[in-house]
Amino acid sequence: MDRSEFRLGVRDVIPLLLGIVPFGFIAGIATVNAGLGLPEAVGLSAIVFAGAAQLAALDLIGRDAPLAIVVVTAVVINLRMLMYSASIAPHFQKLSSRTKATVAYLLTDQAYALAIARYRSEESPYSVAYYFGVAATLWVVWQLTTIAGVLLGTSVPESLGLEFAVPLVFLALLIPAMEDGPTTVAGILGGITAVGAAGLPLNLGLLVGGAVGILAGLLTEAATEGSSNGN
Amino acid sequence: MATSYAGPAIWGLIIVIGVLTFLIRLSFIGLFGYFDEIPPQIKLTLRFVPAAVLAALVLPSFVTLEPGAGGVAVDKLTAGIIASGVAWRTENVLMTIGTGMATLWVVRFVLLPAI
Repeated sequence: MDRSEFRLGVRDVIPLLLGIVPFGFIAGIATVNAGLGLPEAVGLSAIVFAGAAQLAALDLIGRDAPLAIVVVTAVVINLRMLMYSASIAPHFQKLSSRTKATVAYLLTDQAYALAIARYRSEESPYSVAYYFGVAATLWVVWQLTTIAGVLLGTSVPESLGLEFAVPLVFLALLIPAMEDGPTTVAGILGGITAVGAAGLPLNLGLLVGGAVGILAGLLTEAATEGSSNGN
Repeated sequence: MATSYAGPAIWGLIIVIGVLTFLIRLSFIGLFGYFDEIPPQIKLTLRFVPAAVLAALVLPSFVTLEPGAGGVAVDKLTAGIIASGVAWRTENVLMTIGTGMATLWVVRFVLLPAI
C-alpha cells in the first residue's frame, strides 16, 4: 500500500466530509423517526452503506410499506453504482479478488468521483491506495455520524435544513465533471429530466434522468463529430 | 411514522438490501478481470455517467415543490443557483457548501419572513 497516495486520498476527501457529516447525522435521525434504534442504524450503515438508499428505505419502513417495495426502491437508487463500477473497473483490473471485493464494498458516489478524477489525470500513478484513503475515511465518518445522529439527532432543529448539504456536495463534484460541450449537455439534460421525473414512483426519476443525460451526451458528441468531419 | 415491522423482518430487509447493493457495486469491478479492454462504445457511454447522474441527483434537490404551497421552494432554488455559480468559479467544495448553506439560511430566516 502506497502510503503517500493513501494520505492524498484522505486529504482530498476532507472537504467532502462537510456534506457527509450532516448526511450521516440525518440517516441516524431518520432511523429513530422510523421507530428503529441504534442496532438497526449501525446495521444499515455498515451492511448497506449507501446514504440515499438508506434514507429512502427508512422512509418506507416508517410508513409500513411492503417489504418488496422497500427492497426494490433501495436497489433502484443504488443501480447508479453499476455505472460507477463499470467506469472505474479498468483501473482495478489487476487486484486480487479479495481487494476487489473490499473496493466494491466501499464504492460510493464520493469515492467514485474523487478516484476517477485522479485516475484520469495524466500524472496519476493509478494507485488503489488513493481510493482506499478516500473510501475508508468516508466509511469511518459515515458510521460515526449515523451513530451520532441516533444519539443526538432529536435536538437539532429541522428548520436548519442540514440535509441540503448533501446536494451541495454532489454539485461541487458535478461542475468539474461537465468538462466539455457533450458532458455539459449530458449534465443539463439529465438534471432537467430528473426534475421533471421527480414524481415517478420508486425514485425512478434519478435513473431516467441519468439515462436521458447519457443519451443526450452521446448524441451531442455524434453530432459535433459529424459536423467537424463534414467540414 | 414508527414501523410495526418486527426485528427479524427489519434485519432480513437490511441484509437483503445490503447483499444486493454489494453485488451492484461488485458487478463490473468483479467481472472486469475477464476482459482486456472495455469496448469503445461502452467507454464512450461511461464518459457521460458522472455528469448525467450527478446532475440527476442535484437538480431535483434545488427545484422542489413547496409542501402545501403551489410554487417552487424559493430558498433551495436561490441557494442552488448561487452555489452553482460559486462551484463553477472556484471549483472548491468547501466554498460551494458554505455559500449554499449560508444562502439557504439567509433566504429562509431573513428574506422570506421580511417579505
